[in-house]
Amino acid sequence: MNRFFASVQRNIQQGRLSALLLLGLVIITAVVLFGIIGPFFTDAANAQVGAVRPRRPPGGDYFLGTDSQGRDMWTLLIYATPNTLKMGLIAGFIGVGMGTVLGLIAGHFGGWIDAVIRVISDALLTVPAIAILVIIAGNIDRMSTFVMALVVASLGWMFTARTVRAQVLTVREKAYIEVARVNGEGPWEILFTEIMPNIMPYIVASFVGTVSGSILAVIGLEALGLGALDEMTLGNTIYWAQQSSAVLRGYWWWWSPPILMIALIFIGLFLTSVGFDRFANPRLARR
Amino acid sequence: MSKELQRYLLTRFSQFLLIIFVAVSINFIIPRLLPGDPVQTALARLQAGGGNQSVDIQAVSAAYRAKYGLDAPLWEQYINYWVDLFRFDLGVSFANFPEKVSTMIGNALPWSVGLLAVATLIAFVTGSLLGARMAWPGAGRGIKTLVPMMMILTSIPFYLLAIILIYFFAVVLKWFPPAGGVATTRIMRLDWATTQDVLRHAVLPSMAIILGNIGFWALGMRSQMVNVLGEDYITFAEAKGLHPRRIFFWYGMRNALLAQITALALSLGSVVSGAVLVEVIFNYPGLGNLLYVAIRGQDYFVIQGVVLMLIVTLAVLLFIVDLLYPLLDPRIRR
Repeated sequence: MNRFFASVQRNIQQGRLSALLLLGLVIITAVVLFGIIGPFFTDAANAQVGAVRPRRPPGGDYFLGTDSQGRDMWTLLIYATPNTLKMGLIAGFIGVGMGTVLGLIAGHFGGWIDAVIRVISDALLTVPAIAILVIIAGNIDRMSTFVMALVVASLGWMFTARTVRAQVLTVREKAYIEVARVNGEGPWEILFTEIMPNIMPYIVASFVGTVSGSILAVIGLEALGLGALDEMTLGNTIYWAQQSSAVLRGYWWWWSPPILMIALIFIGLFLTSVGFDRFANPRLARR
Repeated sequence: MSKELQRYLLTRFSQFLLIIFVAVSINFIIPRLLPGDPVQTALARLQAGGGNQSVDIQAVSAAYRAKYGLDAPLWEQYINYWVDLFRFDLGVSFANFPEKVSTMIGNALPWSVGLLAVATLIAFVTGSLLGARMAWPGAGRGIKTLVPMMMILTSIPFYLLAIILIYFFAVVLKWFPPAGGVATTRIMRLDWATTQDVLRHAVLPSMAIILGNIGFWALGMRSQMVNVLGEDYITFAEAKGLHPRRIFFWYGMRNALLAQITALALSLGSVVSGAVLVEVIFNYPGLGNLLYVAIRGQDYFVIQGVVLMLIVTLAVLLFIVDLLYPLLDPRIRR
């Protein structure tokens, strides 16, 4: 453990592990722990509709008050936060996975495959994601958090694909790739054992961005009422608050906790990605 | 017009057409890829919802089938789809049968474009100016602390900022109306009172978009400006004894703006995505709210039409940005 802290300290001094990255990771860890530890101290039944007295302001028995459907906001927040994070993580993994494979193929093989992948990803990058996601999500009968993650992941690969493709193009010309080729390694072997490990930092960096973008899209779709409405998520909480005009009726304890939690998640991810950029490209750290 | 400029405009225009083509095709294919008959599903849900008993489901279904021939082969449907689009025929609304989707979109479009264009423009210009000022020597501490704070605002989705804005400025302070595009009692006329009313209603939604974007432009501009100010031509301009203001605007900002404009083109999509939700939060009578109401009412063709319109609007905006580019960068114009 001591060695771990020593190495963290050394990295901070060298400017590689920035304070931003650390702060971001601390925020994210806190949010994750909130969702893991919270259930041990709360009764899940209190987050069900009609479990408690509706429209109670914070204080007394209900730390964060209750909504107009009779749900305890504090319990709701504890169960909704991990669900939202989970969707972001699943969508992030799938999106980055697809993006990595497509980017590797496009960069390594070139030709018409490259052209097709590039044209599609460029077109999809410019189109407002919500427009396409609305069409997909609106046509799905049984929505669940997992399906939602899949829907969002379907548009989460373009940025990774672009980054990976650009990196493959530079790595491809390196001498060690030539050596591997002369040694008789096949194109797929070169791609996955020589090229991919060398662009790993870029893949991890784009993972953070993809998770953040996925959570953004998920919350957006849920706020439009396209989410799995029977599951507890931050986006759904906002949707129900909006449906009951919670803002206009002055129930600030209903909409502000989910907004605060979402803001924490995004600020944490944002700081992590900025900090990680410097970690991945040491040249940025000296600025 | 020189050869290069012609080629530039041609590639940009073909990109514009490509986006439209992809959007229309996606809009056509996705509902058909998913299991089930879209019309039947939508109508069944509409009936199950029970909200719109006045709608004659049979009539809607029959009219739709006769018109679009859903039993025809896929390629024929696809061609028909395009033909209808060129007539600006997007079908009819289920919820407000027989109102045309094109009429509904026509009513909503000016609101969205007005809000989005003005808010994005304000955010872009102020953000860029702030960012450039930050990179310029002697920037005050005020600017240096303001911009990182705005960057944090940028990382939060701006429709959530909208909720906070409504609470403080419409519910607590009551300075601005909390929702809508104009007062519900107002008859739309082209006079000062109406204009004032429209502007008053637009303040909070546009504030949400501006606050959510300004930090992004400021930080982008700062890093661009830092690079530009390190160039030799800046030193040369200083040595020549040019006025600092001239150096700032014509030597610094003009060059730094090029990358900003590219970023503008790339980020318009996410701005539109966010603006849709801002309209929903504010109940603003634009495309975003129309989309929301259509989703709530399972109004299938309205959803499709609005989505298509959003993408087309974006493609047009993108093309306009592309047209601005040669004005700033003489290398393309030459």
